[in-house]
Amino acid sequence: MNWVFEYSDLLIKGFLTTLELISFSLVIGFVCAIGVALCRVSETRWLAWPANAFTSVIRGTPLLVQIYIVYFGLGSIFAHMPIIRSSFIWPYLRDGFWYMVFALVLSFAAYVGEVVRGGLVGVPKGELEAAKAIGMSPYKVMLRIRLPRALYQVLPTLAGESVMLLKSTALASTIAVVDLLGAANEVRSMTFEVYQPLILVAIIYIVLTLIIEQFFGRLERRIPVRR
Amino acid sequence: MSEWITLLGFSDQGWGISLLKGMLVTLQISIGAFIVGLVIGVLTALAKLHGSQSMKVIARGYTTVCRAVPELLLILLLYYSGSHGINILLQALGFPEVDIGGVPVAIVVLGLVQGAYASEIIRSSILAVPHGQIEAATCMGMTRQRVFWRMTLPMMAPFALSGLANLWVSLVKDSALISVVGTNELLYNAKQAAGSTHSYLTFFLAAAALYYVINLVSNAALRRVELRFRRWMP
Repeated sequence: MNWVFEYSDLLIKGFLTTLELISFSLVIGFVCAIGVALCRVSETRWLAWPANAFTSVIRGTPLLVQIYIVYFGLGSIFAHMPIIRSSFIWPYLRDGFWYMVFALVLSFAAYVGEVVRGGLVGVPKGELEAAKAIGMSPYKVMLRIRLPRALYQVLPTLAGESVMLLKSTALASTIAVVDLLGAANEVRSMTFEVYQPLILVAIIYIVLTLIIEQFFGRLERRIPVRR
Repeated sequence: MSEWITLLGFSDQGWGISLLKGMLVTLQISIGAFIVGLVIGVLTALAKLHGSQSMKVIARGYTTVCRAVPELLLILLLYYSGSHGINILLQALGFPEVDIGGVPVAIVVLGLVQGAYASEIIRSSILAVPHGQIEAATCMGMTRQRVFWRMTLPMMAPFALSGLANLWVSLVKDSALISVVGTNELLYNAKQAAGSTHSYLTFFLAAAALYYVINLVSNAALRRVELRFRRWMP
């Protein structure tokens, strides 16, 4: 087990990359998910239709393929554009990290958007009518009544989706981002230890999963509900 | 546009046949893994419900680990250790080493991963069967096996089916991960085509489209099956 100390820097760097991946995509993805859900329940056809199509396509294709499309596909297009190559964003676009965040955001937005949509549809109609009767504008009804109610309802599902997101971050290692699994793979190729690095990383993922579940459990207890 | 047709077509320069062959392997792996996962899922669910204390602990541990660890990591771990372990077993029995790469290992590995999810679906749908019905069947003098085959199984099927339909869709998507360890399924073939022609976007979009088609078709088919199994329900 000496390799753990020898390569601890690499492993810690990978761990931090995994944390960065999950926090960026969780936050941005959640905001996008609310947007997708609002579009999907909207009565405007040209808002609802694209959002529905987006959800169906993202949920119907493997995340790994989406990552390849974003990284290799878009990446190769960007590489052929002199404007982008000479601009200040090129150093960012050369790195796999932001492509991975982008792919994860798309995926999280589609999966959680579906969940949030379910929550929005499930808000009791009486409450919306009551809010309207008080004289709230439709915008205010959405912001103060419907959306908060929906988000409270989806919180338990959100915990599961966040665990899924954590597991999805491991795919970053397929596009040469050194996340936790990527670090383990590098250690494996340098030390010829076949299983041990993978098992160590698996244990770290289990611990992270437990932490996420704890976090959402706490959040859930803070929801104002009458029991 | 014409470039697309040559690349994706079925001529000598096209990769259409390669992609379709890959799609067939993807379907093979997915169907095989679904069956393996179902068997493991039923056994694990029964262990969780009726097993001894130690069996319960093992079953729960297996489910937790498989659901908390990234699929890609499990696949890497099981793929190498699986083929390694089988070879050790063969050597111990006095057979020569064989190269068991590819489809069978992929099926077992994905089946093991999906079995954890299947077990939760099956466990919860067994619990959804009204207990009185089981008691009534026992009173009639049915043996435990018969109760399972004649009462529990048909009554839990509609509950289990919607979960299993979701599982199938996610299994087809997870089968793409096998391309990382190198079995010539759909994504692997698309990767090779993309690598040798440098038209990454074209081939990955084509692969995505084929996966999407598999999922759309199976969604439609599964909805029909679900309706059929639900026909006795009010």
